[in-house]
Amino acid sequence: MRRLSWFNTVSLTLGFAFLYIPMLILIVYSFNGGKLVTVWAGFSTKWYGELFRNEAFLDAAWVTLKVAVMSSTAATVLGTMAAYVMVRAGRFRGRTLFSGMIYAPLVMPEVITGLSLLLLFIAIGLDRGVLTIVLAHTTFSMCYVSVVVSSRLVTFDQSLEEAALDLGCTGFEAFRLVTLPIIAPAVISGWLLAFTLSLDDLVIASFTSGPSSTTLPIKIFSAVRLGVSPEINALSTIMITLVAVGVIGASLTSKRAIAKRAKDEQEAI
Amino acid sequence: MSDAALATAPAEFAPWEDAQATPLIRFQNVTKRFGDFTAIDNLTIDIYEREFFALLGPSGCGKTTMMRMLGGFETQTEGTILIDGQDVAPIPPNKRAVNMMFQSYALFPHLSVAENIAFGLKRDKMPKDQIAARVDEMLNLVQLGKFASRKPHQISGGQRQRVALARSLAKAPKLLLLDEPLGALDKKLRQDTQFELMDIQEQTGTTFVIVTHDQEEAMTVASRIAVMDHGKIIQVDTPAKIYEEPGSVYVADFIGDVNLIEGNVTTSGDDHATISWAEGQQDLIGIAHDAIPAGTRATLAIRPEKVNIATERPADMTNIIHGKVHDIAYLGNMSTYVIQTPTGQLIKAQAANTRRIRRRAITWDQDVWLSFTDTAGVVLTS
Repeated sequence: MRRLSWFNTVSLTLGFAFLYIPMLILIVYSFNGGKLVTVWAGFSTKWYGELFRNEAFLDAAWVTLKVAVMSSTAATVLGTMAAYVMVRAGRFRGRTLFSGMIYAPLVMPEVITGLSLLLLFIAIGLDRGVLTIVLAHTTFSMCYVSVVVSSRLVTFDQSLEEAALDLGCTGFEAFRLVTLPIIAPAVISGWLLAFTLSLDDLVIASFTSGPSSTTLPIKIFSAVRLGVSPEINALSTIMITLVAVGVIGASLTSKRAIAKRAKDEQEAI
Repeated sequence: MSDAALATAPAEFAPWEDAQATPLIRFQNVTKRFGDFTAIDNLTIDIYEREFFALLGPSGCGKTTMMRMLGGFETQTEGTILIDGQDVAPIPPNKRAVNMMFQSYALFPHLSVAENIAFGLKRDKMPKDQIAARVDEMLNLVQLGKFASRKPHQISGGQRQRVALARSLAKAPKLLLLDEPLGALDKKLRQDTQFELMDIQEQTGTTFVIVTHDQEEAMTVASRIAVMDHGKIIQVDTPAKIYEEPGSVYVADFIGDVNLIEGNVTTSGDDHATISWAEGQQDLIGIAHDAIPAGTRATLAIRPEKVNIATERPADMTNIIHGKVHDIAYLGNMSTYVIQTPTGQLIKAQAANTRRIRRRAITWDQDVWLSFTDTAGVVLTS
């Protein structure tokens, strides 16, 4: 390994300090024994215990998890289908428009997405609750899945599907038996990404949630307005861990898949 | 080829000359357009059972499109394609008794060699024990028994090619389509594999249609070759006829090395023609497919290996060309001599190097006489 020069060492330290000191402080104080958030009173895990006895937080966590699993699954199915059509259907009228429209929610301000969904749900008379949050999260995370999956499909050798058809598969069988197993890593990393996005969304959830369906980010946000408690620190630490695992997992699966694909395709030539 | 195969093989396999024979594949006035581009232009051809039929042509000539129409991956714009007397236009690829071996092999990377071969059989709902037996049979056919449980990326390119072949033959199709099957192999391996392909074709009795741009490959494996250009078939014939009696300058030039000598026809019979081609040179005679009116512009195509080279004027030959040695290419087993005539034309002659290089008499700038027999060259008008 090459040693870094003092300049590089300093810039690396500063950069990472800037990014991670706030979170580090939060994590450290989550193990604070005292009741005051900013005064250190010895190491303790008691706030984690308190947290797990707090019904309101546990309910919110359960709602968040349910929403994340359902919305990321739905987003993965829809996003994969959209990606498949965009990559495979060839040139049809309005293709550029459609593919642009699939990716537009990536840059759409969340407030606008949230507000428009709220208006829609009111217009069709849908009571706000878990279902509406799931629908909303599916809507905005589907485009992320679609980006991940279509970038894999672009490099997918189409003759594999033709070979499956040639050997007697119907179009759907060819997708299920050949295409899907091969693009699975991209689909999984798309799911993990959607899951993580849903887990920490505050803005859209606050537009589309109802009284009985508070998600964890909403709960934390409203609790913090009444004052930060060490319990929140503990909860945030758990969420940081979950999100970190999700993101690292997603990037590792796709990286591994890319490395494996490169190896396979190089050897296949 | 095994002795048994030799013994049972008919004296000459030529169903295309038998007016009673019904073709396995029939293209009737087939045209295929992609937008404004015409890939296949009003093409009519018959291919017979047990043939090893090669579609040969430069890239973009429509040969792959023809194959994909047989496989069911493209539909013709006009005309009919019959396989076994049945119009195949409405039949999707998965319902055709046709299998294809893809240029990229298209092996399923997530399945083992054996699972790849079993893939098509499973789709046919064949009982498990029969599938296993058939997979074994196929693995033996391509000599890959030891690699059954490997994944495609764990075997070599040549082995992958054989897995692809085994997979496409596993369902015992009536017709096997091979898209540049040896394109990814190096030259030595390609030559060995060509003979293997011929053996397997004979053993299984399957009709093979192969697409290739490699004329040597087509010459080696095929019972008949269709030379294609711009969506049309220029000539369909046995490899020997394509080489010895090309019907046009395009075919003569596309297959192998050839001297093209342009001139005017002086006299012509039903099967021969004489052309006068240069000031101070004797007229040349070659075979002709039809009588050609005198005065017609024509080209005499003559293969370099059919041209003799000598330092003395040969006495008993009608076709003689006089010139100087312009260049010599030593190829080991033979040498190619490029001779320049007094009018500036370059003509190639090939001679086998039966003697050691130092003992040979012909050298640069020497006066030489080229000669060939009356039937060695072909006079072509198109």
